[in-house]
Amino acid sequence: MSDLLKRRFVDQIKVLFGQPPAKPTKPEDISPAAQKIHFYKKGNRDLIEQKLHARAHAEHGNKWRNRRWATLILANLLFVLSFALDIQILEGALTASRFVGFHLIDLNSALQVMLAHKHIINNLLIGTGTVLVLWVLLGGRSFCSWVCPYHLLAEWAEKIHVFLANKKLVTDQTMDRRLRTVFWIVFALLALATGYTVFEAISPTGIVSRALIYGPGLAMLWVLALLFFEVFFSRRAWCRYACPIGLTYGVVGIFSPVRIKYTLDGCFHEGDCRKVCLVPHVLDTVIKGRAVDTEVPIGPDCTRCGLCVDTCPTGSLSFEIKGLQKLL
Amino acid sequence: MSDNGKERQTAATPAVSIAKRQTNRRRALRTILLTGGVLGAAASGFLPLVYAQKKRLRPPGALDEKDFLSSCIKCGQCVQVCPVSAIKLADLVDGMGVGVPYIDAREQACDFSCDAVQCILACPTGSLTYHKPAFLPVREGAALAKKPILLAKEQDAEPTLNMHERIGVARLVRPEACLAVQGKGFKGQTRGPGFKGRMRYMDVDRWKPIKIADHPYDVAECDLCARECPIKGAISIETVFAPDGTQRKSPVVHEPCVGCGVCEMVCPVEPAAIVIEAREVWKA
Repeated sequence: MSDLLKRRFVDQIKVLFGQPPAKPTKPEDISPAAQKIHFYKKGNRDLIEQKLHARAHAEHGNKWRNRRWATLILANLLFVLSFALDIQILEGALTASRFVGFHLIDLNSALQVMLAHKHIINNLLIGTGTVLVLWVLLGGRSFCSWVCPYHLLAEWAEKIHVFLANKKLVTDQTMDRRLRTVFWIVFALLALATGYTVFEAISPTGIVSRALIYGPGLAMLWVLALLFFEVFFSRRAWCRYACPIGLTYGVVGIFSPVRIKYTLDGCFHEGDCRKVCLVPHVLDTVIKGRAVDTEVPIGPDCTRCGLCVDTCPTGSLSFEIKGLQKLL
Repeated sequence: MSDNGKERQTAATPAVSIAKRQTNRRRALRTILLTGGVLGAAASGFLPLVYAQKKRLRPPGALDEKDFLSSCIKCGQCVQVCPVSAIKLADLVDGMGVGVPYIDAREQACDFSCDAVQCILACPTGSLTYHKPAFLPVREGAALAKKPILLAKEQDAEPTLNMHERIGVARLVRPEACLAVQGKGFKGQTRGPGFKGRMRYMDVDRWKPIKIADHPYDVAECDLCARECPIKGAISIETVFAPDGTQRKSPVVHEPCVGCGVCEMVCPVEPAAIVIEAREVWKA
């Protein structure tokens, strides 16, 4: 990794905690190769022709979205059917479960319980460790977009929000992203100080997961209130500004080999990817003149949902597994 | 001078920046509002602690209430393994913690038809536990004198349940309503034909609990609580003497009672004459 990418790596960790991404200001902030590409893109008429051509021939696929939805629905269906049909493959709920007898425990729920109870039994440790290794390998926040049932509900609510916003009926009220870090700390401290897992009472992930498996309760009203807020006031507010689970998995994903890779060369800098992205601040690098290198890995707050990969007309964004190329 | 300074500042900052500042201020305000909203909702999470005074029955092996609430991860694995679906998860308004398990013994008691307190085995966090960690004290009278013998497996090599503490104690709260006390018998379906509660009857099928409604009784003197109690020596029908010297029958609870609630579930009178006092300890 070059020094520039190292600096960006650290910057993206700050972005995860709510800082705005740093802009390259000096020429030496950008590698010579990337500078060359930035230079040739300036005022290049051919590029406009190419853009129009690519637009005309772009096939907007839903490959990654479909794969993701299928995975998310299958994972949650496995929970539901394991209990409903007593097939016992994945018993429990998203907070804690057993996959064919092997303990799996959600990292944020585990953290809450450990802080509140201050005693860790072996099963809790085994389950948490397994899930930790699993999500370090699979990309941290990929938990959000590939497994969390609230994510799917929020994604549909987002579609309604965008539809209404296009009709100028609602406007997206943005918030300060540092709020999520504040919530993470507040809920951790509350668990530690009161000895009670307060966050679990309002965690839409847990509530929706249990509602699917054990039948819905009144707690779903809170989830509906959140969705209502997201449709009419603030796009994806819970996932973007509030959810401490997202931050926990984001931290886990810092060193994950699974990530989205940005290639500067073919990019037209039109920003379609940023429009569909849940966390557009991780895609700051696609803005004209911002990429610090010819290839830039996207940071840990990225949920690896693949919407940008589906949307990009030039294939400048793609899934990458770090080190896999070397191995093959 | 201060006016002057202000002027200079306005002159130095272009109009765009003012608009941006305003946007930022609004965003900060909205952020504070969202913070308030989420934390306000989170405050509801403390309801269980407020309600904690109200006693309720937890699954076998549950830690004391506060420790139970702090360690439960709300996954419902205990719910999934229970063969009679005795364990339910609390909802928002129950004030027991969203997703925390409890038992409503009158509706469906724990009859140990799993033979081995499977819910404890299923618990991933030790909220339900065979052995309490050393730093958690055992309340006096909560500890069982010895491991309870499950009548259903009395003939097995290992007849006991791996339980060291009771979850409650049965108590005859309405002796005047008790059929045994009145010297009455009972014939028919206890709890009526529509009752959904289930139980394992050894003479029917050891491994398949059936509806209580499908198992009518015909007893000359009501002894349903003692007859169906799954624990050896926990309850018996004894002859007692009233203050006026007359003798009558009455159910008497003994030390081995673990508080499973079967007696409460099968009691034919409404409301039940015998109930489980959740988290109660044995007082000699």
